[in-house]
Amino acid sequence: MKKTTKVLAAAASVMALSLTAASAEKLTIGLASEPTSLDPHFHNLGPNNAMSRHIFDRLINQDELQRLMPGLAVSWEPIDDLTWEFKLREGVTFHDGTPFNADDVVCTVERAPDVPNSPASFGTYLKGKTAVKIDDYTVHFITEEPYPLMGNDISTVPIISDETGCGASTEDFNAGTAAVGTGPFKFVSYTPGASILVERNDDYWGDAPVWSEVEFRPLTSGPTRVAALLAGDVDMIAGVPTTDIGTLEGNSDIQLSQGVSNRVIYLHMDQFRENSPFVTAKDGSEIKNPLMDVRVRKAISMAINRDAIVDRVMEGVAIPAGQLLPEGFFGVSDKLDVVAYDPDGAKALLEEAGYGDGFAMTIHGPNDRYINDARIAEAVAQMLTRIGIQTAVETMPRSVYFGRASRGSPDGLPEFSFILVGWGAGSGEASSPLKSLIHTHNADAGFGASNRGRHSDPEVDAVIEEALRTVDDAKRQDLLAQATEMAMENVAIIPTHFQVNTWAAKKGLKYNARTDEYTLAIGVVKE
Amino acid sequence: MTVFIIRRLMQAVLVVFLMSVIVFFGVNVIGNPVDMLVSPDADQADIQATIERLGLDRPILEQYWLFMKGALQGDLGNSFIFGEPALKLILQHMPATMELALTSLVLAVLFGIPLGLFAGLYPENPISKGIMATSILGFSLPTFWVGLMLIILFAVELGLLPSTGRGDLGTFLGMQSSLFTLDGLSHLFLPALNLALLNISLVIRLTRAGVREAMGQDYVKFARAKGLSTNRIIFVHVMKNILIPVVTVLGLEFGSLIAFSVVTETIFAWPGMGKLLIDAILQLDRPVVVAYLMIIVLFFVVINLVVDILYSVLDPRVRLQDHGQ
Repeated sequence: MKKTTKVLAAAASVMALSLTAASAEKLTIGLASEPTSLDPHFHNLGPNNAMSRHIFDRLINQDELQRLMPGLAVSWEPIDDLTWEFKLREGVTFHDGTPFNADDVVCTVERAPDVPNSPASFGTYLKGKTAVKIDDYTVHFITEEPYPLMGNDISTVPIISDETGCGASTEDFNAGTAAVGTGPFKFVSYTPGASILVERNDDYWGDAPVWSEVEFRPLTSGPTRVAALLAGDVDMIAGVPTTDIGTLEGNSDIQLSQGVSNRVIYLHMDQFRENSPFVTAKDGSEIKNPLMDVRVRKAISMAINRDAIVDRVMEGVAIPAGQLLPEGFFGVSDKLDVVAYDPDGAKALLEEAGYGDGFAMTIHGPNDRYINDARIAEAVAQMLTRIGIQTAVETMPRSVYFGRASRGSPDGLPEFSFILVGWGAGSGEASSPLKSLIHTHNADAGFGASNRGRHSDPEVDAVIEEALRTVDDAKRQDLLAQATEMAMENVAIIPTHFQVNTWAAKKGLKYNARTDEYTLAIGVVKE
Repeated sequence: MTVFIIRRLMQAVLVVFLMSVIVFFGVNVIGNPVDMLVSPDADQADIQATIERLGLDRPILEQYWLFMKGALQGDLGNSFIFGEPALKLILQHMPATMELALTSLVLAVLFGIPLGLFAGLYPENPISKGIMATSILGFSLPTFWVGLMLIILFAVELGLLPSTGRGDLGTFLGMQSSLFTLDGLSHLFLPALNLALLNISLVIRLTRAGVREAMGQDYVKFARAKGLSTNRIIFVHVMKNILIPVVTVLGLEFGSLIAFSVVTETIFAWPGMGKLLIDAILQLDRPVVVAYLMIIVLFFVVINLVVDILYSVLDPRVRLQDHGQ
């Protein structure tokens, strides 16, 4: 592992050297969604986390495939069941010239979970962990229980300076006075809604960026973003609408970069109510919830033509899914294939389960959250109607949808019976979806927070919990794969496809697509 | 007049209060902001903590009471998403919208009056017919489509103007605005034109109708008989009379330009209040939506009051009387 890291790093630095020759160059990027603050701990949200990566480093970095790479820490390992030892990188300075050391780490861990007014804090990753300074370049993270995902959790937390950052308010970060990190770029200016400007940090400890200056411009409307690229106002855009991909492909001045993301689009089924609110017999009368029968769930999965969804709805820009994460990620199973399209087999299974005449239900989904989400829901409904499950479609804005899908019923339970959702594995490995989507809903233990179908299987729970206690990588990998196989066998959820993200840049620029969907200036390279 | 103004102010207070009730309870029945805010990785305890921090676990009446208490002290609440006072966010975005609205108003006058005048003076001329036909398009084409077409034509195909954004800001008399730099003006032109199209059409039609009517009036004939030059008749006497309705309409339109330039600001990525509002609506940033609408209500109340007062100043025949007595 370490050797490959070094080789990769060496390869990267060679590339960087050959590129730094052309130095004073500005890059302008059109972003699809705007960060809400430059305070890296204010809002734990994709656009903010992507932006903070420019100015701030983490102890551990995630590369474009979300593998863990040394960042401000050169090594991290458990020294006993409850203690992880992090060795810090020496000789790193913040943008204001002050040296980086263990004090910065300790104060970051204190501040990050507790920023005033923060809508979503980093407490999610830091709770149960205490950072203790051993010497200037050694920090111990102490937990209450054995915790194997230390590296993944720590890789999300941006390190700020104890001199300028830890006592600062969110306003200070937005004004730039506290936006002092160790990252590849330095803060220049921030105008909410209009632009964020950063310049190259020439003293960066890693490979210095190619770009001397980078401007990020939030262009939230898709057609506007494409037009800005075509007009040459921006050099690259994120989030190319699928409908524009065809036209841009034919444009010789534009180059597309694509990559699979960690986001699986899946269907969740009500598996906890005897009478599910949106499932009825075809004549509208109440029936016992058929979705509790694994044969029915399997039949639904078999009735979905995933290739057709990818080809027709996603215009080829997606990958059919048979499990929770695409291949290559930690914890995926190599035994699982995409469920084959088999409408006749599906009908036979329904018959066997006693639903030969079918039944009626409604699929609910968002219409502004995932790529082509409403159209996917429509396609699924058509496919199910074909095997006799009369499916109506209801989609709504995500601002309304997620609240109802999570706890919209009068008693605070999920409101819908059959829903379309997506899940991006922020940690970059399989425990993230297993813990949140598959494990039995348990508020006290923090499991199953997004298990909106309330699938519950004590056996798979046990495997997941064991995996979350297992520090040994190889063993954990096997446990996660095993849990995934069990969940797929029981059709806990039905994965349809993995999203593929598209960036477009002017000719000569390429983006190293990231599975976490982040748009980072250091990933933009010249060809 | 004083009595009139006092009564109007009291009515305004009532309107603002009623509006606060409607808006506050209205936005509180839509969706759940918590789900828009928390990270997907958050567990149940994190979600609960966020609900409590935002005060969403309290009964709605108590939330409203807290809001009113703050509002009376000039605090309209903190944005859920930015964590900053909603009022500050809106004021921050106001200059961008103001310069857009002002510029589009100027464009409406610059294009609308001469074209309307021409069409009114030479109604049978084919050019006049062309102007009138085009003005119908100005009314009927959807703003977002015209905006995209403008971008494609001027920015993508011709490469003359930048497609989006606000450009460099200049400082003049302590004010920062894109009106004071060439780059800023070039960024401003397309969105301002897009926003102005409807008003240009409106002004053309008003002016034309006014000119057609005025040219047949006795005072014009008399002026002719007196031997005044055509230019003097048109630009002094006719103009004075037709401008009254134009000014009235534009005054009212100015309010809606500021309040509802949402579409244009989104298409052109213009960092103004409209974009702030639409983002706040999409992400259920309730305090910003409420604060925005409250400010707009105040704004309209004030504009209407000013228009009423100005009217009496401009046209002595209009008396501000208190008919309510």
